[in-house]
Amino acid sequence: MNNSKGKRSNGDEHEDEDDEEEDEANGGGLEAWERAYADERSWESLQEDESGLLRPIDNKATYHAQYRRRIRSTPSTARIQKGLIRYLYIVVDLSRAASEMDFKPSRMAVVAKNVEAFIREFFDQNPLSQLGLVFVKDGVAQCLTELGGSPDSHIKALMGKLECSGEASLQNALELVYGYLKQVPSYGHREVLILYSALSTCDPGDIMETIQQCKKSKIRCSVVGLSAEIFICKHLCQETGGLYSIALDESHLKELLLEHAPPPPAIAEFAIASLIKMGFPQRAAEGVVSICSCHKEPKVGGGYTCPRCKARVCELPTECCVCGLTLVSSPHLARSYHHLFPITLFSEVSPSYSSKQQQRIPKNCFGCQQSLLNPGNKPGLFVACPKCSQFFCLDCDIYIHESLHNCPGCESLRHSKPVIDAEE
Amino acid sequence: MSPAPSVASKLYADDVSLLMVLVDTNPFFWGTAAANSSSLSFSSFLSHVLAFLNSIHLVNQLNHVVVIATGFNSCQCVYDSSETTNRISDDGLPAVYLKLLHNLEEFVNNDEKMCKNDFQTGLTSSLLSGSLSMALCYIQRVFRSGPLHPQPRILCIQGSPDGPEQYVAIMNSIFSAQRSMVPIDSCVIGAQHSAFLQQASYITGGVYLKPQHLDGLFQYLSMVLSFNDMTLILHEMQAFLFLCLAVWALTSTCSQMQTVFATDLHSRSVLQLPKPVGVDFRASCFCHKNTIDMGYICSVCLSIFCEHHKKCSTCGSVFGQPQADASKADRKRKAPGSPRHPRA
Ligand SMILES: [Zn+2]
Ligand SMILES: [Zn+2]
Ligand SMILES: [Zn+2]
Ligand SMILES: [Zn+2]
Ligand SMILES: [Zn+2]
Ligand SMILES: [Zn+2]
Repeated sequence: MNNSKGKRSNGDEHEDEDDEEEDEANGGGLEAWERAYADERSWESLQEDESGLLRPIDNKATYHAQYRRRIRSTPSTARIQKGLIRYLYIVVDLSRAASEMDFKPSRMAVVAKNVEAFIREFFDQNPLSQLGLVFVKDGVAQCLTELGGSPDSHIKALMGKLECSGEASLQNALELVYGYLKQVPSYGHREVLILYSALSTCDPGDIMETIQQCKKSKIRCSVVGLSAEIFICKHLCQETGGLYSIALDESHLKELLLEHAPPPPAIAEFAIASLIKMGFPQRAAEGVVSICSCHKEPKVGGGYTCPRCKARVCELPTECCVCGLTLVSSPHLARSYHHLFPITLFSEVSPSYSSKQQQRIPKNCFGCQQSLLNPGNKPGLFVACPKCSQFFCLDCDIYIHESLHNCPGCESLRHSKPVIDAEE
Repeated sequence: MSPAPSVASKLYADDVSLLMVLVDTNPFFWGTAAANSSSLSFSSFLSHVLAFLNSIHLVNQLNHVVVIATGFNSCQCVYDSSETTNRISDDGLPAVYLKLLHNLEEFVNNDEKMCKNDFQTGLTSSLLSGSLSMALCYIQRVFRSGPLHPQPRILCIQGSPDGPEQYVAIMNSIFSAQRSMVPIDSCVIGAQHSAFLQQASYITGGVYLKPQHLDGLFQYLSMVLSFNDMTLILHEMQAFLFLCLAVWALTSTCSQMQTVFATDLHSRSVLQLPKPVGVDFRASCFCHKNTIDMGYICSVCLSIFCEHHKKCSTCGSVFGQPQADASKADRKRKAPGSPRHPRA
């Protein structure tokens, strides 16, 4: 099956390219900027009706043209999102400098709020990745949460311990994080994201050695500063391939943080592809009492059962504490699958074509059952799936490609696959 | 993964519903059901479905019902209450239902014709991914109709086993329904639970029900009767009384479906609905389309495989290449089958 899937997606790319060429031919001679205007010269579509009044512009066609431009401008390679597995420590500087109030109400409060948003976004975009939190204050680094996959437990821990005092120590933070990250599996990407408020660092030894150590272990270190640029942070990021940026205000801080949520493209090269054994536990019925293996406490309802050893765990993703199997929720993985199997672009069917072959064309959209005829029984603009040859209205075209990611026509045909293979 | 936020929280035209009913017409399933005298025949199943559709219109005349047939080779919309005028007539079978039965019969015959040479393939699933996708497109059209539209939901009445080859398409449909806050209710009338529909109902905040037998029916009946909240508005009282009657009148497995699925979303938040039996989160492997509860995941693209492969057939990554400067310990840890996550 896999082979045929692969073949099919190759086929898709061919069709895409063909479409692209066709497009070039249509817009032939026009510069890119001219084409943009050509699509939006809405005044030309103004029409008068019988009594001389202007008819409302058909926004639908314009909107659809914009959508098609958008979908074509995404190169087919970008449609495959790399689901890299990342292991990230967030280091939050809670030294005295974090109590400054140039950010309202204070740097610390603003950082906490935005780190929370970042954590949620991170897990949304990196389903199998793990994250941990480290605080720096009073010249020492302390681990707040270990690497884990549950956004809620990190956020709870973060919000519970917000006090700042003393000096910051970049070296202590890096040493602590290095100790944890060197143990992660080799398919994982090791990253550190530091939110640094202080203008100095109070280190016990030679920080340059620590930086080299991180570089050797392929730990990518990035810093988002809240005050001015400092040399040692810049050096750290340069050496380890990370990003160094300074936040000007709160919205800028948020933007800089969220830049770190999608997997960085550069480190994709570091990736050692690996097959990881995982289990998809069954969720227990509500109201069932059992003892969980993670907290060793009786729990009512919910919970998941390890498919290998049948131990009960409270939340996913996690590692079974009895047999060590990595346990994940399969829908969590499945959310990204539409990137792997994108559906073919539908081709536009022009009214002239359809009037010639009207017998063959059904009156209704295959998806929403809406009539494909304009008022007055004139055929409107619509699209057809090149694989199953079903017709769709423009609204369904957009919905199918941007949200549903299935072609209802192809999914409603048991034999669509062999037929395609025969055509190729 | 947490279930969808309460479906009742999104504001729709008050208590008018759009119900998309996906009816499994798989000839393989109904063929075996006919051979087994203890199970329901297709014709008596249809009479329950018709009684159910009728009850939806009785609860609120404005309710909008669309029926999509889920076949073995094809899917088709066979009934749309908005396309017919005189919906309710009190004697016998209204003309619109005759049309529904006629369309359905035609569809089943065509669907069966297409699978004459398919008896050897061993596939017995029906094309649920197709009818779900069609239903979602239809619902989007109703969303486009304006700010005041009926509350949409999907009811899958499914007898055939899951088709693992539809895994990705079904999950795509579930996520799209979740984003649009459309609950997917499931009524499984086959012998086995459906892992797809358990996940669909769990993720979208719908109800999953696999009716047992008559004893199960009385449980549901008493559950409905224990509902004596005095805050009931008149409309709900009527619906409630009707449902009780319906449950008493039809003492077969399918009448439970009316009690549970005819209640609108608002009543649902008050009414105690059957608790889920748990959720089967098994997935399908990309290599053989087997349903598995344990497997291997490609760390680059997250494809699922049931056995170890040298190369990912989805993204082309080659697995298990020792890294040039990896330490011995590193390589050991990477050995297939024994990955360790850090526990610092
Ligand atoms: Zn626990
Ligand atoms: Zn286990
Ligand atoms: Zn449509
Ligand atoms: Zn198609
Ligand atoms: Zn397999
Ligand atoms: Zn892969």
